[in-house]
Amino acid sequence: MQVKESMKLSDLDNGCQAVVHSYTAKGAALFRLREMGLIPGACLTLVRRAPLGGPLEISIRGSLLSLRKQEADLIECRPAT
Amino acid sequence: MSEGAPRISPAEQAKTRQPEPNRTFALVGNPNSGKTTLFNALTGLKQKVGNYPGVTVERKEGYCYGQHGETFRILDLPGAYSLNARSPDEAILRDVLLGRRKDTQRPDAVICVLDASNPERNLYLATQVLDLGLPAILVWNMVDVAERRDIRIDLEVFREKLGIPVLALQAHAGKGLIELKIEMSKTPLARPIYQTPLPEDLRLPTPERPSLDPCIALRPGDMVRQWERLYLLSEHEPEHFGLGEAEQRALEKERTRLREALPDWEDELISERYAVIHGVCEEGIRHPNTQPRTLTDKLDAVLLHSVWGWVCLFGFMSLLFLMVFSLANIPMGWIESLFGSIGDWVRAHMAEGELRDLITEGMIAGMEGVVIFLPQILILFFFIGLLEGTGYMARVAFMMDRYMSRVGLNGRSFVPLLSSYACAIPGVMAARTVENPKDRLITILVAPLASCSARLPVYLVMIATLVQTDVVPLLTKVLFMIALYGLGTGGMFFFAWLFKKVLMKGESAPLILELPSYKMPSFKSILIHMWERSRIFLRRAGTIILGISILLWFLTNHPKNEGLPPSDQLAQSYAGRAGKLIEPVIAPLGYDWKVGIGLIASFAAREVFVSAMSIVYQVEGGEDAESGEIREALAAARRPDGSPVFSPLTCMSLLVFYVFAMQCISTIAIVRRETNGWKWPLFQVAYLTGTAWVAALVVYQVGKLAGFQ
Repeated sequence: MQVKESMKLSDLDNGCQAVVHSYTAKGAALFRLREMGLIPGACLTLVRRAPLGGPLEISIRGSLLSLRKQEADLIECRPAT
Repeated sequence: MSEGAPRISPAEQAKTRQPEPNRTFALVGNPNSGKTTLFNALTGLKQKVGNYPGVTVERKEGYCYGQHGETFRILDLPGAYSLNARSPDEAILRDVLLGRRKDTQRPDAVICVLDASNPERNLYLATQVLDLGLPAILVWNMVDVAERRDIRIDLEVFREKLGIPVLALQAHAGKGLIELKIEMSKTPLARPIYQTPLPEDLRLPTPERPSLDPCIALRPGDMVRQWERLYLLSEHEPEHFGLGEAEQRALEKERTRLREALPDWEDELISERYAVIHGVCEEGIRHPNTQPRTLTDKLDAVLLHSVWGWVCLFGFMSLLFLMVFSLANIPMGWIESLFGSIGDWVRAHMAEGELRDLITEGMIAGMEGVVIFLPQILILFFFIGLLEGTGYMARVAFMMDRYMSRVGLNGRSFVPLLSSYACAIPGVMAARTVENPKDRLITILVAPLASCSARLPVYLVMIATLVQTDVVPLLTKVLFMIALYGLGTGGMFFFAWLFKKVLMKGESAPLILELPSYKMPSFKSILIHMWERSRIFLRRAGTIILGISILLWFLTNHPKNEGLPPSDQLAQSYAGRAGKLIEPVIAPLGYDWKVGIGLIASFAAREVFVSAMSIVYQVEGGEDAESGEIREALAAARRPDGSPVFSPLTCMSLLVFYVFAMQCISTIAIVRRETNGWKWPLFQVAYLTGTAWVAALVVYQVGKLAGFQ
């Protein structure tokens, strides 16, 4: 598995797998995302996006989560190829 | 029994007709873990539903019998992802488990319900709860779903690591309940041996770090102490129950200290907890090597598809709308005729007089005004139960979020607002599905702007009066109708946006939504939920609605002056006098005092306007008159100077008024219940009726200036 440069979670392609690298901000929403398992080192898949810049759907630890682009912009990921 | 056995006063015991329970168990788990299904499976209809004092968080309590006939009290605590609360629901869970709420005794033991197909995240909350040291039973629910995904859980590993009973369960099928009850009956209940390791720096205060102890009521020698302190110190949820000012100040000081010394302590604690959980799961859970394509994936490929997803959403919502709007009409007809015949029976068997009128026109009509909403509430909650129970509701929120967030709401507000087009009452009640309290309040505040079915009769009559020429009939009427619905919808979005900007300043609440796996809904749970909602509506809202209906009856019928025709009788009643009283206020809108009577009577329900107008303008046949007759009567109505009362401009002004005005005591009553006080319903009456007045004024005055009549 080749590790690429880190990029925003919101910039991942649909269907792409990635590993959470870091958070670029703090806040209650991001704290909750961590508590739901989105911690650095966790593996996730970007499943799909709602149309017109709507929320993103990710698969993490066997569950499907939806978060808005604003929050996804603050999470750095390393896509796995 | 254990020292925390709940004490119930004899009076309350007699009321609930339950023997004193031997133990109180709290059900704790993530949303969608099947916690409520288990609660219903254990307690059946032996449950009480209310609110926690001071907040609109549902408090569910029930009773069940143990394997040896003991009585257990079961408390269904709100679903949560963490004890670091982010919403009032989660704060309740935390405070009850910590024993900080005066209204709810700390439970004797906890049943942790976990979704077996998603072990790690479910264990996050469960280990937080186990850290508090209460006796506990761990229940892996929905093991059948997990097995289909090839996830195998070794219960023995968890028993060994946690030191408590660990069971597998299928709550919806009732499998595993007996084993659970056997464990619940054991004495003593096992306490967990599990402890999440706590970094040295975060342990209880040392001499160098001043203690918080004097200001927080802590139980000595309890691990709760460690964790309670950390929850209190969390930066993310400063709202805690029952803290005085001095305590808040001490906490703030300690928070700053901790922030400076260990800026990432909360994040590290999360990572540490997940590391421990991961270790346990490595040993106790076997995952498949490849992720098989689940039913949920296949369904989502269609239901969240960029084209088919919308087709399905549109289809489901049309069905919901159609059901609430039209199917409900059938039982509503039955209710009407039932109350009609009760009224006839009373009229036939009682002597004519005040008391008979009070009973038939005040009380029976008032009760009918309450019960008439039941079919819509039942149907809507059946649908919402289906949407929630299958897991589709979260998908609706996912798809609608982009659009709702433009006006500051979130995707969850969509279904409550859509339902409000049929009737604001079930819409306001359905706003409970909006988790964020601010978004929920805004949803409730703007819900009455959706043009509900009670406005239809008014719209129809006024449009008929307005568009009298039979040359351009149908299309113009339809366009008018669409414009009115559009105006209401526009107002709804505008005010939602405005409230978000002004009233609820600050951060927009982020939407973090779990999209649960699709499953067959539990019809038992849906039926119980429908039953509870209706009971709450009848009991709480019903009393207020009935009271105001009787008051309105009194105002429109008194003082009595025998021998007058009905129209004059109404004119000299208190309501009629009130109409004259408010005439100066409504004259600039183009209305006379007779229209004022209609406006006042409309506060019982909007459609009453039509019948009030038919009484005032002496339409033959009274309330049952066809709208054609009313139209002619209204068109013929003249002011003293000979000009028509219902000029096109007045009709327009009235229509605009009815789009905005809050004229529905039932909605006011239910908003009072759902927001826990009179503040918000009164605000709602003020802002909506104020907007209605201004909008109608603008229409009338600008129209007049432009030369219309």
